[in-house]
Amino acid sequence: MTDVLIVGAGQAGMQIAVSLRDNGFEGRIELVGEEPHGPYQRPPLSKAFLHGAADIESLELRSPSFYVDNKIVVVPDEKVLKVDLSGERGLATTDTGREIHFDKMALATGSTPRRLPTEGAELDGVLYLRGIADAVELKKRWDAAANVVVIGGGFIGLEVAAGARMDGKQVTVLEAMDRLIARAVSPETSEFYRAAHERRGTSVRLNAKITRLVGEGGAVTGVELEGGEVIPADIVMVGIGVIARGELADQLGLETVNGAIVVNEFAETSDPRVVAAGDAVLLPHPLGGDAQVRLESVQNAVDQAKTAAKTLAGVREPYRAVPWFWSDQADLKLQIAGLSTGYDQTVVRGTPDDESFSVLYYRAGRLIAIDSVNAVSDYMAVRKALGSGSTIPAEQATNLETPLKTLVVE
Amino acid sequence: MPKVTYIQPDGVETTLDARDGDSVMETAVKNGVRGIVAECGGACACATCHVFVDDAFAAKVGEPGPLEDDMLDGAASDRQATSRLSCQIKMNDDLDGLIVRIAPEQV
Repeated sequence: MTDVLIVGAGQAGMQIAVSLRDNGFEGRIELVGEEPHGPYQRPPLSKAFLHGAADIESLELRSPSFYVDNKIVVVPDEKVLKVDLSGERGLATTDTGREIHFDKMALATGSTPRRLPTEGAELDGVLYLRGIADAVELKKRWDAAANVVVIGGGFIGLEVAAGARMDGKQVTVLEAMDRLIARAVSPETSEFYRAAHERRGTSVRLNAKITRLVGEGGAVTGVELEGGEVIPADIVMVGIGVIARGELADQLGLETVNGAIVVNEFAETSDPRVVAAGDAVLLPHPLGGDAQVRLESVQNAVDQAKTAAKTLAGVREPYRAVPWFWSDQADLKLQIAGLSTGYDQTVVRGTPDDESFSVLYYRAGRLIAIDSVNAVSDYMAVRKALGSGSTIPAEQATNLETPLKTLVVE
Repeated sequence: MPKVTYIQPDGVETTLDARDGDSVMETAVKNGVRGIVAECGGACACATCHVFVDDAFAAKVGEPGPLEDDMLDGAASDRQATSRLSCQIKMNDDLDGLIVRIAPEQV
């Protein structure tokens, strides 16, 4: 009988365990995570949870009895420090000194927020958002905070900014680049979000150069910009990207790039006994062309975990799922499908100022991705089209009279 | 606790006690009911928790909102008259005994 050790009890780790059972795997499954909680949903932490609309129990991905019924051993609050694959069986050692023997391993170690490399970053009130502990910390200070400064105009920062503004706070978003969400969306979508947040009363500062964080009595009071201007802050929320947790992979000598664990289309690492899935992984994707991509999303965690579980169970099935993503900011629902990597043409359908529009991305004349804002029908049509390998002619996509789903062609 | 019954496309039934306020989707997923994928966790962003509400409960459950309506139009299984995304149906005592059939295709 084969024993599987899964390191990391987030969305991907949980899904590997569940999918192993779905594929008839009968060996032992142990899921070890360093947080004090069982597997839970992260997306609500920057949205519903902050506003009290979700409690910790409601974030659980599965009920405790589910794991018992499916013979999945979940071990929270324990960190795997060392892994040895030199023997016939693998051996992991945790921070409690416990030793775990296994035959195959899955790394679902996720990522950690990039820390602000700025003077004053250690001040109290400078916060990051990744796990429940971070969200609880943010929530604790939320009601008393009048001024919120968000450093980093990516998804997590903009979601928190939108929530803070809805709760009546003075909100400033500081972005180092010349547009928001630059890594994930087109300039058209970036510009829409700048304007939309400004319309709601948030100050968005692009090309912002932060010199230091200032404080009093050890607590942050403001963010100083080049030129000396200080923006008052009771909370500084930092969302400047994440770093893949590749420590164990590096320790094992697996192939990594900047910490991200390199896998093939079967979620296999460079060691055949080890699979990896989720945020920590660098993977090939058919929609990404030749580029290897990192996909930091629930969809990727779930779908890649399913591939990894199949591989562990001896079923060869390459990862082909169409990536998709969403971000809720105030009353704006952004939905993304596909991969825009290497696009050479965009088509805007609808009028961004109406707060309902889509941007379609093309490469060499073929549809590869869409960003939709409050335009669910467009998003669903493109997601379906990409899933079946179809396209939508760019020259017809702007006609709002015609639903996109009627324009899909091979 | 209100009860909810899920009927799989192959006819297998599962009846669960729902936590008051949990959605029909959450109740299913947390207890491992197959066929309800719900990748977005209830944000009405993925249309992978598609169910057909039993006719007897259709009026009580009500119609989908505009956003959900558009999502259902693009769902993997063709929508029917009582189609809903189960993440948008919150359980309460009024819905005790609710029966939903799980759509055959979700992704």
